[in-house]
Amino acid sequence: MTYIKPKFRHPDMPTNQIGYSKSDYEGAISTLCGGCGHDSISAAIVQACYEMSVEPHRLAKLSGIGCSSKTPTYFLSNSHGFNSVHGRMPSIATGASLANRELIYLGVSGDGDSASIGMGQFVHVIRRNVNMVYIVMNNGCYGLTKGQNSATADVNAASKSGSANLYPTIDLVGLALELGATFVARSFSGDKTQLVPLIKAAMAHPGFAFIDVVSPCVTFNNKPTSTKSYDYVREHQEATSSIDFVPSRDEIVIDYREGDSTVVELHDGSALHLHKLAPHWDPRDRASAVNRLLTAKAKGEVLTGLLYIDPGSQDMHELEQTVLQPLNTLQEKDLCPGAEALGKIMGGFR
Amino acid sequence: MEHLRAVNDMVVRFANVNGTGSASANNMFAKSIFRMGIPVAPKNIFPSNIQGLPTWYEVRVSEKGYLGRRDGIDLMVCVNPQSLAQDVASVQPGGYFVYDNTKKLHPEFVRDDIHYIGIPMTEMCNHHFSEPRQRQLFKNVVYVGALAALLDIEWDVLTGIIRDQFKKAEKLIAPNIKALELGRQYIHDHFAYPLGIRVERRDLVGDSVLIDGNTAAGLGALYGGATVAAWYPITPSTSVVNAFEKYAHQLRTDPETGRRKFAIIQAEDELAAMGMVMGATWNGARAFTATSGPGVSLMSEFLGLAYFAEIPVVLVNVQRGGPSTGMPTRTQQADLLLAAYASHGDTRQVLLFPSSPKECFDHTAAAFDLADRLQTPIIVMTDLDLGMNDHLSPPFHWDDLRAYDRGKVLDAEALESIQQFGRYLDTDGDGICYRTLPGTHPTKGSFFTRGTSKDEYARYTEDGAAYTRNVDRLMKKWETTKKYLPPPELFQESNQHAQGLLFFGTTAYPALESMDLMQAEGIGFDAIRLTAFPFNETVEAFIRDHEQVFVIEQNRDGQMRSLLINELGVNPQKLVSVLNYDGKPISANVIKNQIVGRFQAVS
Repeated sequence: MTYIKPKFRHPDMPTNQIGYSKSDYEGAISTLCGGCGHDSISAAIVQACYEMSVEPHRLAKLSGIGCSSKTPTYFLSNSHGFNSVHGRMPSIATGASLANRELIYLGVSGDGDSASIGMGQFVHVIRRNVNMVYIVMNNGCYGLTKGQNSATADVNAASKSGSANLYPTIDLVGLALELGATFVARSFSGDKTQLVPLIKAAMAHPGFAFIDVVSPCVTFNNKPTSTKSYDYVREHQEATSSIDFVPSRDEIVIDYREGDSTVVELHDGSALHLHKLAPHWDPRDRASAVNRLLTAKAKGEVLTGLLYIDPGSQDMHELEQTVLQPLNTLQEKDLCPGAEALGKIMGGFR
Repeated sequence: MEHLRAVNDMVVRFANVNGTGSASANNMFAKSIFRMGIPVAPKNIFPSNIQGLPTWYEVRVSEKGYLGRRDGIDLMVCVNPQSLAQDVASVQPGGYFVYDNTKKLHPEFVRDDIHYIGIPMTEMCNHHFSEPRQRQLFKNVVYVGALAALLDIEWDVLTGIIRDQFKKAEKLIAPNIKALELGRQYIHDHFAYPLGIRVERRDLVGDSVLIDGNTAAGLGALYGGATVAAWYPITPSTSVVNAFEKYAHQLRTDPETGRRKFAIIQAEDELAAMGMVMGATWNGARAFTATSGPGVSLMSEFLGLAYFAEIPVVLVNVQRGGPSTGMPTRTQQADLLLAAYASHGDTRQVLLFPSSPKECFDHTAAAFDLADRLQTPIIVMTDLDLGMNDHLSPPFHWDDLRAYDRGKVLDAEALESIQQFGRYLDTDGDGICYRTLPGTHPTKGSFFTRGTSKDEYARYTEDGAAYTRNVDRLMKKWETTKKYLPPPELFQESNQHAQGLLFFGTTAYPALESMDLMQAEGIGFDAIRLTAFPFNETVEAFIRDHEQVFVIEQNRDGQMRSLLINELGVNPQKLVSVLNYDGKPISANVIKNQIVGRFQAVS
């Protein structure tokens, strides 16, 4: 069941640049388990959209099947949503983006949805650089079907039924880097300070922006030994940097000490300020990101933060050279070549 | 020895090795007869292979305008030693066998009841052309030149086709004409000509075109306003998207910026192709895909979502021989049940059955209006025979005043004027609800599209009553659908006979021909051609008003018969299957023999 939140609003509630308060970005009350990491990610999405002054109806939220894919109901109730079939959200998002290049597309998926049944589509949506934010709420297990291991589960992790995972873990971040993703990040549902600016930067990125968010499953996979548990991530989280997202219209007010920070300018004029940089890492160098990721993994650490960004990213529409006007607004006069042209074509078949 | 004799009534077959460039020479042969005003029906019989295996091209010439396949070969042109034995055996007694006699024919291939016409094609080409590729290609042109003499094809027509074909590569005109000339001259010098079978100019094709159904469907998609094509390569449907691409590049590219008013995405598989189509149509663009049986199997998951969540889809299914990989380069009409009930649960899909290239164009273009109007998948059911072979067809027309029917979509202004928007509220009582597109209005009209059960406001629910209301409304929409679909074609103003023939798609040509054949033997029928599923009242009445109806189709299981029984509650005894499923297009003789055989069995 979906529960509708009562719309009480304090008259003095602060609003953003387009006059919306944070409650305008909320959705129905979550029906996930109390303490589920996914709810924190929903809250981060609400916060990021509020801070970015996104018009809720200019964003479309898409998902597949699973606990994670239920979350679009719990944020942005004035946005159109599409809860598709298991593992197939990327193709729906690709088609939606083709139809209207002007909206923001926010895809939400899980580790079962993306790393198993939807692996093919996940791989190819990266390859096409579809202009969207793609968040995987990654808890290493299947929640809705009661706790089976997923393909991102740790080796030897015990599922709810007690059977151990015998097979290697798929690291979606490593895969995305390998496949040429133009924006790759990892975060933790419990680290809003890091997650919110990452979502904002992902929305500003012109192309496929991937955020793998470790999001503990409190019911089935929150054992302290699990690398997807609250305790483990808190103890072993290593960040590439701390991050501020500065939209193009904002004045930069913070002074950063030279030497330990770097600025990545995005296509739309906004900027990412990264500070306390991890050693031997440059966010614009894919190879350094891969190295950094592997080093952290070897030490049993969960590397979070922005890992890689290609500021020169060209999305699918640029590659396909589509017109700037959204395809879904083209009319008969734009689309139909008419009777005379058809007559000429027919002449070629006589 | 007997000589077959006929004017403008013959079947000529070419036996080639695929990958040797025979297609364009064979097409030239068919087109020359078409340009002499005589109806032709060419068919490719090709292997699932790129190079080296036997391939055949068959042209039926029919003054009476019969466009179905006819059994029996009157003249065989054989340039493939691999299939020689089979090719010699397939010629009718009194028929003609044209072959490359550069190598002497082995005595075991010499029959005493057919006429051999040996032409040293390889030797001639080796002598007259120096490039290896030309030597191979021009062998094909040499035999067309020989046929010009043997069958009395007008020389100016043939050379005119070469001039048209090489308009952009003029230096190829002279060597092609030279090759034609070599073939013709060889016949002049060595044989009596023309043969007993020959052609003679007529004025029987009017303004018809010679075009394949896949090109027609691709053009239909362009005219129907498709902006997104997402697809995965599969024989025999690939050329639908190829045609869309070709004409879209020509006619939908902005001349100033070079930007495109379309996008064509080759997906990673058929699942993704269908997902992209649905993402695009959900977001208000017109989108389509083309595939064949194996692709429909994969798309079934999404087709169920499209049915249940009510998302427009246009799918062109160019059927081939199944099951599984089946006969990928042979024709069948064997996806009927798969398509009609594609996906799990109580699912039903709208089907169209074009019978000619013109209908491939018309139905595909109309499918976009139907999909938007009915908010559901429209599956255009063609087949390999219709899709990949050229057919004589009336030319396609477009009315410049025609506006696209975008169906029930609420814009911002409309949303302002209503109290509360419910995506699945049956406001008009026809089972079709109003939808909104993402990005329309800041506070009104947003909803959640989902494959789960939901209430009238698109909210998830497991309430049985709400679920039942929804699926019952979908049945109401199914009834409404019948009003919008193209009507079946009846071939009589009122019923004359106790027996009827029922057919659809490519079965129509030979079915109509079989009626003439049986009429000549004193057996008369009424006839109906289906054009769409769900069946309307006319179909129901036709079956009701006849004692017996022969259902002619190209599959083993009589799938259309099953569909009629299932949907209309017809007494199964009434419907008799007439079937052909060997992968070759069904012929009039097959139909006649099965029906007449049935009559003899009864009497």
